[in-house]
Amino acid sequence: MNLPASFIAPLPETVLIVTGVLVMLIEAVLKPATSRKPLGWLAIAGTTIAGLISAYQLRLGTLTAFSGSIQVDAFSIFFHLLIGAVVVATLLGSLDYFDGHASHAGEYFALVLFGASGMMLMTCSVDLLMVFIGLEISSISTYILAGFRKGEGTAVEASIKYFLLGSFATAFFLYGIALAYGATGSTGIAAIAAGLGASATPRMAFLALAMMLVGLGFKVSAAPFHLWTPDVYQGAPAPVVGLMSTAPKAAAFAVLLRITFCGFPLMQQRWSMLLWGLAALSMTIGNLGALKQTDVKRMLAYSSIAHAGYLLAAFTAFPQAGISAACFYTAAYAAMNVGAFAVVTQVGGYKETLRSFEDYQGLAMRRPVLAALLAFFLLSLIGIPFTGGFFGKFYVFAAVLQAGHVWLAVIGLINSGVACFYYLRLLSSIYTRPGETASATTPAPAPAISVPAGIGLTLTAAATLLLGILPGHVLHLANSASSSLRATYAIAAPSASPGNSPPSLPSSDNSR
Amino acid sequence: MMNINHIILTLIVFTPLAGALLLALLPDRGKTMQWAALAVTLITFGLTLHLPFHYSYAGQPGGFQFEQNIPWIATPVIHYHLGVDGLSMWLMVLTGLLAPLGVLISWRAIDQRKKLFYVLFLLQQVAMMGIFVSLDMFLYYAFWEMSLVPMTILIATFGRSERRRRAAIKYFLYAFIPSGLLLVAMLWLYAQTGTFDLPKLAALAAGHAISPNAAALWIASLGFLIAFSVKVPIFPLHGWLADAIAEAPTAAVMVLAGKTALYSMLRFSFAIFPGPSHRIAPLMILLAAIGIVYGGLLALVQNDLKKLAAYSTLGQLSFIVLGVFTFTIAGLDGGIYQILNESLAGAALFMLLGLLYERYGTYDMRQYGGLAQKLPWVATMFVLVTLSIIGLPMLNSFVGEFLILSGSMQSSFAHHHLWTAMAATGVVLSAAYMLRMVQRVFYCDVGPKPQAVAGWDLDAREHLALWPMVALFLAMGLASPLWMRAIDGTAVDLADHPASIHATLPNHILKIEAETYQPASSSAPQTTSGGAHR
Repeated sequence: MNLPASFIAPLPETVLIVTGVLVMLIEAVLKPATSRKPLGWLAIAGTTIAGLISAYQLRLGTLTAFSGSIQVDAFSIFFHLLIGAVVVATLLGSLDYFDGHASHAGEYFALVLFGASGMMLMTCSVDLLMVFIGLEISSISTYILAGFRKGEGTAVEASIKYFLLGSFATAFFLYGIALAYGATGSTGIAAIAAGLGASATPRMAFLALAMMLVGLGFKVSAAPFHLWTPDVYQGAPAPVVGLMSTAPKAAAFAVLLRITFCGFPLMQQRWSMLLWGLAALSMTIGNLGALKQTDVKRMLAYSSIAHAGYLLAAFTAFPQAGISAACFYTAAYAAMNVGAFAVVTQVGGYKETLRSFEDYQGLAMRRPVLAALLAFFLLSLIGIPFTGGFFGKFYVFAAVLQAGHVWLAVIGLINSGVACFYYLRLLSSIYTRPGETASATTPAPAPAISVPAGIGLTLTAAATLLLGILPGHVLHLANSASSSLRATYAIAAPSASPGNSPPSLPSSDNSR
Repeated sequence: MMNINHIILTLIVFTPLAGALLLALLPDRGKTMQWAALAVTLITFGLTLHLPFHYSYAGQPGGFQFEQNIPWIATPVIHYHLGVDGLSMWLMVLTGLLAPLGVLISWRAIDQRKKLFYVLFLLQQVAMMGIFVSLDMFLYYAFWEMSLVPMTILIATFGRSERRRRAAIKYFLYAFIPSGLLLVAMLWLYAQTGTFDLPKLAALAAGHAISPNAAALWIASLGFLIAFSVKVPIFPLHGWLADAIAEAPTAAVMVLAGKTALYSMLRFSFAIFPGPSHRIAPLMILLAAIGIVYGGLLALVQNDLKKLAAYSTLGQLSFIVLGVFTFTIAGLDGGIYQILNESLAGAALFMLLGLLYERYGTYDMRQYGGLAQKLPWVATMFVLVTLSIIGLPMLNSFVGEFLILSGSMQSSFAHHHLWTAMAATGVVLSAAYMLRMVQRVFYCDVGPKPQAVAGWDLDAREHLALWPMVALFLAMGLASPLWMRAIDGTAVDLADHPASIHATLPNHILKIEAETYQPASSSAPQTTSGGAHR
């Protein structure tokens, strides 16, 4: 096969976009009353193909395309596969969700695909402008998705809030790119690393990094940029929340890893202190905020802030261990959170009639399987052994301790203790009998879980369990992702030594 | 036979797990759940019995048998490493025995959501068995954390009053937060040594090769000790115990407190941190002595039978803590033996309380009275259990308590006479509250509840559940060397002893036997001279 790299490297994204366009075209010719499920299956097929292509790319080694602005390596493939898996699980869980309620469900499938292509593009871009394009594609899709339950007041609020604050954050990111260009003369990540050592304005370069951190911090809902999270998660459709609390976050974390460890390795001392603070703040604010929530989705929103904090903690570790811990955590978090929101989707339904802790009381009696699954995901979120969440936390805190940040580990572990309180509150609600008063208003018998949703739930539960008992494979992938990122770093670091002049760019970044 | 010896521990751990999956798939109709759970637990018990029959008693003290060691995760280096020694072997048999009895006793008491109950019950057993066999710190930690979950859900779901949710959350938080400390300490150990393997860690610890940083070692040892102390519980950390015991269903209470944490303390704290454990021993002995008296006094004023049993449990467990922290052979032997006794007698007491509750629907002592005429068998069993808990000679607890007290007297800590005397009052207190309970429930005027409710004496199933206990009380009281043979190896290994004791090792078993049967014999002073060094 002698196809050009510029064709092969972005092939997964291309497949997603082509499928998305197809979905939109077919949607246009379907009669308004017909089921949109086939479109969903088409979207699932497209994502699966994109994932398979990504997996195949793993064998091709590092690919660069578009004048070195895209680089497909083990690191980006890890996140491609992760995003693909999240999208498939979400689509499976939401095939029946929109049926009968929204005649515009086809747009939903198309938007998910476009969003996914944007996220994938973010993870494989090594040029900040390319990252920005990916970020915008994914953001605009998720803005619309957040308000997808037309007519619901909270949905409109969610969408507008997300849109306004999100645009603001992306502006910060763009400003950061501009400053980085000013400080180092390039928007390529490797070139920035090379130019950093000789930069006449290192303060400006650090400001650039801080700006980008604000933009990405918003995307991953790290405190203090988290204010949108609870409202948006509450208003957005449950499957969409499952998606947007994992996939775009994974992509943003991938970008953050690339920028910090590859773009600004020389400033690791400084940005690691910054991230130390963000991590501690996010964990604490997320967990304390979640304590008093009574709405399950809001509780999970605050929990996602806390989990962003745990993940940010990995950034303070040594590169190899930190990156692989962050990758693993992203995967584990994706599995359990998509699973939890898939259960919330099933319990709440399109109208989300059941949403508070009281509504969940006695769920184990009404829908034992769903309750057991939710319990399992919650235990994983707590970090009980034999679940993915445990190994995720384990690797992160092991890496943090290894780097000598004992206090951050202590803060993290205290936070885990606080966190288990609110997860347990939900867990014990599920498993306690509802009181006499509540049983009077027992809702009508719930519908059975549909087959695709069942498959989605099974997949996420199996993934969470497997990450907890046989983490070897994913860990291996995460390690090779980490190594491939470190390889870039290793190229960048020597050339960034004071002896070299800024124009001598690494070979991967040719013909600028 | 070799093959079975290699995989027997895996079989024991995973049989209940397979059983739990089986139960989850079976339809919850009629008595299906009970019979299936009984079958699974009996099979598990049968498998645990394999251990004492094939245990090599001549083996090195401190050596592990039936070992299985397979790499599990490459980074960090985690092995699936199982093995038992004299300490864990009998605990496994005990856990195996208590499970079918727990099923028998829940037969009628749990009449709703049986599937959930028995699945969780079996998962709890998996976790406990896992704790006892794991020789890899990480694997151990996984089972340790896992053991919290089924118990919490059992309390939250099957608790008896409206306070069950609070009790469940309290139990979980009390246990979970200190395990965070345990995890940090474990990770620190791994960072220092690069291994989670217990035998390797113990060997390093014996050579003072874990870390040159004494302060860090000390803090790490505290992390271990606090996590275990909460779970035992030891005196100021017992806040969860009374609530959890009051709420939890009988079968869960039987395995709630004590043995896993005490085992962990002996296995991990003592082996990995011998120095710090010795340094903190005086404090632990003090706390244990306070716990004995405190538990006894509180038990004396309870009107709720389960609360009474809870504080009695606190007192009994403190006794064991006192014994093991003397670091004398007698104290350790007695402490370990008493773990078995306390588990058995405590379980039997909770079973009987559960029987009363099943009949009369209350744990309030003031509602009872004069039951002895109506339920003669229940009364007989109750008195037998009471006598065992009090420590009547010829019954099991006597052996343990005697050894603990003599070990405490031999120990070299400051004021050890005072602590021993304080602990001895615990024996008196236990007699006081237990006999008070027996008198109030069975021998006063007939109370309001027995008048209003007919009640019935033990049926065949309950006889079946209680007789093995009573038989064991007697057997363990009369033939303690049968158990001591295996326990002694561990105790000798953990005790601080001069070389002279090593030389007389083969005679040691005989000596314990002599001490047991002739408490006043001259063999005690010999041991005293041995333990009084250091």
